[in-house]
Amino acid sequence: MLIPVGYVVATAVGLGWNELAPLVFRPRVGELLTNTVLLLVIGVPATIALGVGGAWLVERTDLPARRFFSVLLVAPLAIPAFVSSYGWASAIPSINGLWGGVLVSTLAYFPLVYLPALATIRGLDPALEESARSLGLGPWAVFARVILPQLRLAILGGGLIVAMHLLAEYGAFAFIRFDTFTTAIVVAYQSTFAGPSAASLGVVLAALCLVLLVVEAGARGRARYARVGAGSPHPPVLARLGRARPVAVAALVALGIASTVVPLTNVVRWLGAADASALTELPAAITQTVLLASGGALGAILVALPVAWLAARHPGRVSRALEAPYYLASSLPAIIVALALVTVTLQFVPAIYQTVVTVMAAYVVIFLPRALVPLRAGIAQVPESLEEAARSLGSSPLITRLRVTAPLIMPAMAAGAALVALGAANELTATLLLAPTGTRTLATQFWSAASAIDYPGAAPSAVLLVLLSIPAVALMFSHARGGRIR
Amino acid sequence: MILSVSGVSKTFGRTPVLDDISLEVPQGSRTAIVGASGSGKSTLLRLIAGFERPDTGRILLGDRALAAPGSSVPAHRRGIGYVAQDGALFPHLTVADNIAFGLPRGRSRAGRVREVMQLAALDPALADRLPHQLSGGQQQRVALARALAPRPGVILLDEPFSALDTGLREQTRRAVIDALERTGTTAVLVTHDQEEALSFGDAIGVMVDGRLAQAGDPAAVFDAPSSAQIAAFLGPALLLPARAHDGVAECALGAVAVRHDLSDGATSVVAMVRPAQVRVDVEAADPSAIVHAVRSIGAMAEVSLLAGGSDPVVVDLAVPLHGLGALRPGSRVALRIEGGAVLYPAEGLQAGDLAPHAVKAG
Repeated sequence: MLIPVGYVVATAVGLGWNELAPLVFRPRVGELLTNTVLLLVIGVPATIALGVGGAWLVERTDLPARRFFSVLLVAPLAIPAFVSSYGWASAIPSINGLWGGVLVSTLAYFPLVYLPALATIRGLDPALEESARSLGLGPWAVFARVILPQLRLAILGGGLIVAMHLLAEYGAFAFIRFDTFTTAIVVAYQSTFAGPSAASLGVVLAALCLVLLVVEAGARGRARYARVGAGSPHPPVLARLGRARPVAVAALVALGIASTVVPLTNVVRWLGAADASALTELPAAITQTVLLASGGALGAILVALPVAWLAARHPGRVSRALEAPYYLASSLPAIIVALALVTVTLQFVPAIYQTVVTVMAAYVVIFLPRALVPLRAGIAQVPESLEEAARSLGSSPLITRLRVTAPLIMPAMAAGAALVALGAANELTATLLLAPTGTRTLATQFWSAASAIDYPGAAPSAVLLVLLSIPAVALMFSHARGGRIR
Repeated sequence: MILSVSGVSKTFGRTPVLDDISLEVPQGSRTAIVGASGSGKSTLLRLIAGFERPDTGRILLGDRALAAPGSSVPAHRRGIGYVAQDGALFPHLTVADNIAFGLPRGRSRAGRVREVMQLAALDPALADRLPHQLSGGQQQRVALARALAPRPGVILLDEPFSALDTGLREQTRRAVIDALERTGTTAVLVTHDQEEALSFGDAIGVMVDGRLAQAGDPAAVFDAPSSAQIAAFLGPALLLPARAHDGVAECALGAVAVRHDLSDGATSVVAMVRPAQVRVDVEAADPSAIVHAVRSIGAMAEVSLLAGGSDPVVVDLAVPLHGLGALRPGSRVALRIEGGAVLYPAEGLQAGDLAPHAVKAG
């Protein structure tokens, strides 16, 4: 797990300041840094505004068709950002540069803020809002002074995830010729292999990532929000939008069209233009995708189980110290993980260089939190008293885990595995760099066709990628709405 | 087989939780351990069950050492049943599968499940239900049936009724005591509810701050609590500063006969009287108290009295509504104490432990 972190440190140290400095302090890096920072500074607040505003509208106002809009707002998650970018680029070929990047990525990623905001607002005790109303606050004041402060953790967490995605995204930006660190690293890698140029860019990217993590942790502080007192909450009284109602509906419809309808109609349009030859390679791509993704999912679950167990059952400094590097490694963009694995396998175990094993290892590193989070929650939900009851009935600790704990955490394991598998199926950067020559997953298949401007040829894989993502998105959505998997 | 705990101590981190506990539970008897939360009573149960190991001391079942310095039988080999506070039913198994969990595979399984379900007064129609489809009382009876099924030598009950509503609690408690009685199972119950502990069975142990402060027959313990704190913990008690001489205690309620003198010859003592011992005499010629307030609570009325001359104390009594008669605020009455008082040394008592003085109320 620590290979990527170690790689970054080793590169920085190995190159040494004298060699690193000229590589880092050159106009090209300044340009990339400006691009990337501007993308973050504009993109993250935009996703927060869209995500939080949307969650509040569908959850706490008298918006019509709230259920429909609540699903519409999460739908973009099912469209991989590079597919969405392909949809936009083929609709408006002139789209490019910073504003193109901001447009495409904001529309693709705002649900990452919307989901936690939705979950938090649903969990808020309506009595808080009612108390505020009874103290003389209007609906807008209630939103600003009661709801918004409670959303701090959701906004910070969601914003961080969006920022990490913006740093890591390759496909979506490469399409519209917007250069960030990640796209530049891929280009550098393809021309000079894992040379010092790619490596030094990687160091800067990793440093950016670390800065974001520290900023988020600092802003989050020790904040904890909980419902005080018992008693079952009752349904909230909805804020009246009044004359703003048509405006809100129009805004949400426009957002839905831009984020979902435009990309999807273009994908479908190209699908109509696709000829039979585009379909012949699909079966092989599907098989390889399924094999690689399920291998990655299995690996991630196996790695996550002991860590999740420790974190849920023996929380403390040791388990936190164990967990932290996992999250750190997984926060690094896929391109860094890929570079690290290329370097390490070539240097120490050339036998597994460009094999399935390396690809799966990359998936485990990149997507581990997707397995860790549901597993930890699942294990924490199994009361220890159940295991004690089983032991007092004569089951040994091992048998107890098999007969009691395992069946109970099965849904969490399945959810975690599904999320990892679907992430892996959509993964582009690490797969491009690490997969054995000739490997064709749906994502790389799509990419090779689309980047060669063979839009019809890319459409079938794009449709499959979207279809594949729907279950995972449905799962995340039902989690956010507080639905149980069981 | 006697369950015997001797000299057991347990510390979590630096916090001592149990301090030198010794306890004997004879075969077929029922013992209740009562204590405030944090008194260590649940930890004692978990040590007996084998979920935790004692730091020092031994736990024996018959002549088999369950826990001794350097050795400990794991929970699943102890043959001790355990009923947790929330029942801890396996949510993925039906009632029948829950109950059969600890039974060896074999033909007699289904029969035994039916048998213990009947024993725990469970409707056989519930066998195929899942735990979340049961009421709280039914869940607890399933938990009991599950613990009884493998015929354990001892069964441990950790506050099994505390999560239930008042009415259901009483009913479930009866069903549980009944099932334990009919199977002759040795049982240890832990609770913070004094009435539950006093009515559970053959013996009661009172835990205070990790020590077993008093143990014995429930009636005897209630009659002569070994300290004023235990007396107050076991039920409503009036603790009145008193002067003792010649088998009589002079206090705000007048001269009261002494039932037990546990003051150890201390100069300043307190007299402990249960409100239920106080009779209100309305037509007495020598009134010693004045009614301050009357509040009706259903069939009873809570009567607040100021008793004693220069330094009056507040005495709250529950009087049946029909016995209230002409009592109203301002009535002058005499108070008669039936059954005498128990004397304790006054040292170590906080002002808040004593019956409140009515400095301003008068």
